[in-house]
Amino acid sequence: MNRLTHLFSKKQEDLLNIYFTAGYPNLEDTGTLVLALEKAGVDLIEVGIPYSDPLADGPTIQESGQIALKNGMNLALLLKQISIVRQNTEIPLILMGYFNQVMQYGVERFVQDSVKAGVDGVILPDLPLYEYEQFYRSIFEEAGLQISFLMTPQTSPERIRKIDQLTSGFIYMVSSSAITGGKKDISEQQLAYFDRISNMQLSHPRLIGFGISNHETFATACKYANGAIIGSAFIRALAGSENIEQTCLQFVKMIKEEEQCLNFKENKSGLI
Amino acid sequence: MNHIAVDERGYYGEFGGAFIPEMLYPNVEELKNCYLDIMHDPDFEREFRSLLKDYVGRPSPLYLAERLSEHFKTNIYLKREDLNHTGAHKINNTIGQILLAKRLGKQRIIAETGAGQHGVATATVCALMGIECIVYMGVVDIKRQAPNVARMKMLGAEVRPATSGSQTLKDATNEAIRDWINNPEDTHYIIGSVVGPHPYPDMVARFQSVISEEMKWQLEEHTGKQSPDLIIACVGGGSNAAGAYYHYLNEKNVRLIAVEAAGLGVHSGESAATSVLGTKGIIHGSRTLLMQTPDGQIIEPYSISAGLDYPGIGPLHAHLISSGRAEAVSVTDEEALKAGFFLAKKEGIIPALESAHAFSALHKIDYRREDVIVVCLSGRGDKDLETYIRYLEGGVPADSLGSAETI
Ligand SMILES: Cc1ncc(COP(=O)(O)O)c(C=O)c1O
Repeated sequence: MNRLTHLFSKKQEDLLNIYFTAGYPNLEDTGTLVLALEKAGVDLIEVGIPYSDPLADGPTIQESGQIALKNGMNLALLLKQISIVRQNTEIPLILMGYFNQVMQYGVERFVQDSVKAGVDGVILPDLPLYEYEQFYRSIFEEAGLQISFLMTPQTSPERIRKIDQLTSGFIYMVSSSAITGGKKDISEQQLAYFDRISNMQLSHPRLIGFGISNHETFATACKYANGAIIGSAFIRALAGSENIEQTCLQFVKMIKEEEQCLNFKENKSGLI
Repeated sequence: MNHIAVDERGYYGEFGGAFIPEMLYPNVEELKNCYLDIMHDPDFEREFRSLLKDYVGRPSPLYLAERLSEHFKTNIYLKREDLNHTGAHKINNTIGQILLAKRLGKQRIIAETGAGQHGVATATVCALMGIECIVYMGVVDIKRQAPNVARMKMLGAEVRPATSGSQTLKDATNEAIRDWINNPEDTHYIIGSVVGPHPYPDMVARFQSVISEEMKWQLEEHTGKQSPDLIIACVGGGSNAAGAYYHYLNEKNVRLIAVEAAGLGVHSGESAATSVLGTKGIIHGSRTLLMQTPDGQIIEPYSISAGLDYPGIGPLHAHLISSGRAEAVSVTDEEALKAGFFLAKKEGIIPALESAHAFSALHKIDYRREDVIVVCLSGRGDKDLETYIRYLEGGVPADSLGSAETI
């Protein structure tokens, strides 16, 4: 069974997905990061393929990508690193990248090599639904590689249904109309959007991402979806890290911190 | 040759489309659904035409350059886009897009710029309409096109330095796209060339098509025939070329010459000759030809001309060149500078460095004595005077020939 499917079958709440850029801070950190994050209690991991022109990303992820590229990271090397760490872990792994990188590698080859390396799903934010459905869906489905599509507060209900239909892993709910790396609190408007989507009874799990940076925003996201994705905040934590394992432990603890409080809040909100 | 036009999904042959993150989908979809209706609306048409006439100063003359023709032993006409208000063809597009933005109810305009011509043209129309204007410009370009930065500021625009990546046009475009993602409701993004996701390439080409629309009747007045034998235009993203080719795309007897910047030489590693060095891929939401590594990382181009310093070309041009409909020619920095001086001395016209590339192509193509050749003089050279002067005073200075990063 696909590890993502397996995960969602046993856990539907408070899923923590941490993003890091492969090759950052050092070229050979991929395996260390995956194992350290797993040990720290992360449920699934999103590994970014560094890109020269990441349109949907803010300065934090852009810079980590530039450093990673300078360090010599590329897709072929990353897949090799993943296949090695895969021998020691069953945590679901998702690749995130821009479609041009996949095009140059060859879509079919990318899908096959990813599955072979032990990748469970991908996120390609600039691959349009239409192109996927017309040209690539069968390749992904035959290989069993899952794909997550993004939705935003501006996505129409009709299109959300389409996204739900074409997504095969989880739906990536972009928390607000923004690039990655925001640090603001979650607004009333966003809560209304989260609520609206919860009520649509979509068939796939939803993870909220973009701007989730601390315990509070994580807890809020978990109230409205199956979990959340944290990227830039983790990259910022890695930036000054002397010890990756230690950083991962502390970061995940900070995010999950008041676990009991979270349940308490949930109960409380249930009462209101 | 099949009819050349964008298809339903925004493709010219295999090039085009809209490879954009979901965050941009509603904006781009709105534009896609509305642009043709708005452009065909008689009210819009009237306002657009009247501004082109009374504000921009159109029609721009088609001028028979006799001394140039004598030198090259053929018949050379210059389409004088340099005489437009703000000094380049860019304003044809910004007038169109600002009117469109108004009809879409947008209150904030963003743009990217390389040479600063598109930034100035955007700042100008925003001033004209009283709309807030933010222009993204690479830090490297801010330095080499200082007069245009000052003009934009005087026109009331905010110039935001693009500090990411290589800090030129490509990165200014990335920053503008990110701004649009962050401001999905009140903002319209005025792209300056026939690049970006569908419908931009088609929309910008239509706004610029006034160039070839005028050429038809102007040529008829001059020569008795509506069609030339050759049209030569420089291609950064390709908007002046698209405008100059537009009404001739399906006349296969009209040769289309696309002139790209070769920088220090096509294979010198410091070049922007995309059709030679580029491979198929995605840049700024469009599937086209672009300069990239085998891993798909976009390569920073180089040209002395900021307006041609772009690692891609519009999907229309990728299609025209790949299918053999257009011929691509590459011109180096030095050749372009020489052509600029030559035109100044022969015709009393100082061309923009971008346009100077187009003139230099006359040395590189074959033509006949009796041919009628139109060169699109896309802009005037005021903004480039400093570069020209440095060349005059002792050959080409190291810093204008070195890689963009060293400036
Ligand atoms: C005078 C002039 N010509 C040409 C260009 C290149 O753009 P395009 O290829 O879209 O015409 C520019 C861009 O800034 C320009 O200022």
